[in-house]
Amino acid sequence: MSDPFFQISQLESGYGEIQVLWGIDLTVNEGEIVCLIGSNGAGKTTLLRTISGLMSPTAGSIKIEGRVIAGADARLALTSGVAHVPEGRRLFRTMSVKDNLLMGAYIRKAPGDVEDDLERVMTMFPRLAERANQDASTLSGGEQQMCAIGRGIMSRPKLLMIDELSLGLAPRAVELLSETLIEINKSGIAILLVEQDVMTALDLAHRGYVIDRGRITFAASSEELRQEPAVREAYIGAA
Amino acid sequence: MKRPVIALIAFAIIACLPLLGDNYLLRLGTMFAMYAVLAQSWNIIGGYAGYPSFATAAFFGLGAYTGAILQGFGWPMPLAWVAAGLLAAVFAGAMGSAILHLKGHYFAIASLVLAEVLLEVTTSWTSLTGGGMGLNLPIIRMSIAAQARLFFWSMLGLAVLTFLMSWYVSAGRIGFALRCIRQNEDASSMVGINTTRYKVVAFVMSSLFVGAAGALYASWVFYIEPPDVYSVMTTIRPIVMTMLGGAGTLLGPVIGSAIFLVIEEVVWRNFLSVHAAVLGILIVGLIFYLPNGIVGAVARRFRKRGAENGET
Repeated sequence: MSDPFFQISQLESGYGEIQVLWGIDLTVNEGEIVCLIGSNGAGKTTLLRTISGLMSPTAGSIKIEGRVIAGADARLALTSGVAHVPEGRRLFRTMSVKDNLLMGAYIRKAPGDVEDDLERVMTMFPRLAERANQDASTLSGGEQQMCAIGRGIMSRPKLLMIDELSLGLAPRAVELLSETLIEINKSGIAILLVEQDVMTALDLAHRGYVIDRGRITFAASSEELRQEPAVREAYIGAA
Repeated sequence: MKRPVIALIAFAIIACLPLLGDNYLLRLGTMFAMYAVLAQSWNIIGGYAGYPSFATAAFFGLGAYTGAILQGFGWPMPLAWVAAGLLAAVFAGAMGSAILHLKGHYFAIASLVLAEVLLEVTTSWTSLTGGGMGLNLPIIRMSIAAQARLFFWSMLGLAVLTFLMSWYVSAGRIGFALRCIRQNEDASSMVGINTTRYKVVAFVMSSLFVGAAGALYASWVFYIEPPDVYSVMTTIRPIVMTMLGGAGTLLGPVIGSAIFLVIEEVVWRNFLSVHAAVLGILIVGLIFYLPNGIVGAVARRFRKRGAENGET
């Protein structure tokens, strides 16, 4: 059996003495959108931070295309093709929108086609093109999220991880972003989406994982998860 | 590229100070050069990277004692200065790797402790450092006036070296990375900036010339004792000077040290018993009215005028 495109097995991680993740298994296949749902404090963000190398796992492995990337090195994760769009966007204030996007290409050795990629992101998000020279802190929430996603794409990832896509955004903005995410996905980038809004998440994703207190409790297709009584009760609010 | 050249010309003019033949001015000039070394060095970690380091006194004291002890062993002065700078840099590298993962005031406190620990070690290690008795340096056989010139030019040379280092940082990839770290460290690390490495490099850069300046200071004053060289004021002054001039700018720390020196000489002499209060008021005033320092305020003024005349 060949390795899946992206695979996490028996991953454990935490902050100092406090263990947050207890043996996480998760896979993302090529070209897939996978969502991770769970309540506050379930370990979603910790999982993403561990994948992108901001935190070091205490056990288990993370592999992309068979290559091990675990172990607190954000550069390794990034050069291997994992881009992280953090919760709360985390843009560089006082830098223009364009410069923020260009920061995404910081890691790339050959600057040759960065301009092309910039063009691509601007076409994907026309709003960013309109505001290319504005200070990033003057953007609205939705536009900031666009900018953060654009920055992620500028590193030419194979897997794009987005933490809390819809947090604090207007429903209209979420719709717009969802459409663009599907477009990005069709261009061949797999997406791992963390989302509190379960309906949005299941609408977008092919498959989903439910994480609870640091453990994966359900793993199924979006359709099945939507039908699952326990999930409906806990996260959708209808039995 | 124009402003750094002007600054270098200014340094060259200051280097002519001994022509006036005034020993008091020469002493002030040496103090200015020393402050400029400390402030510019702090600016790299505190200004560009935004990490509020309180370790200046640790590097300074370590350098002073290293220089003094080596000179006591008979090392020639310049060699002792270089060794002191290098030892401070090694110390900063080791300590930086340990404490630079702390953020904000946690880092500030950890860096503050460095000087306190070194102070205790120096005071207790009597056999090597003379402990609380302090340490006398070998007398140099040279006329007083020649000594004054020698230390002035050496310290000024050190300030120019520090300036060149700041220039290299501000114009290059390091400065860019440090500014990104100041803006948002998490995001910097996510786009692939090796934040740990750059922070440690910045910390080491902020220590190298401070250590050398400490050794030069020891040679200059001939006698050092722990509370003098590890004084918390050695830590505070460069921070105030840099903020006064403009943190994270190339010229700010140099301008700040000159102005600070003038304030120190003119005002503090008249307020001998309350000079600490004056310093406090100065800091509070700075934060309120000049958050970006003099250079920042002037730059904003120019930008405004440019916008009024140019765009419309």
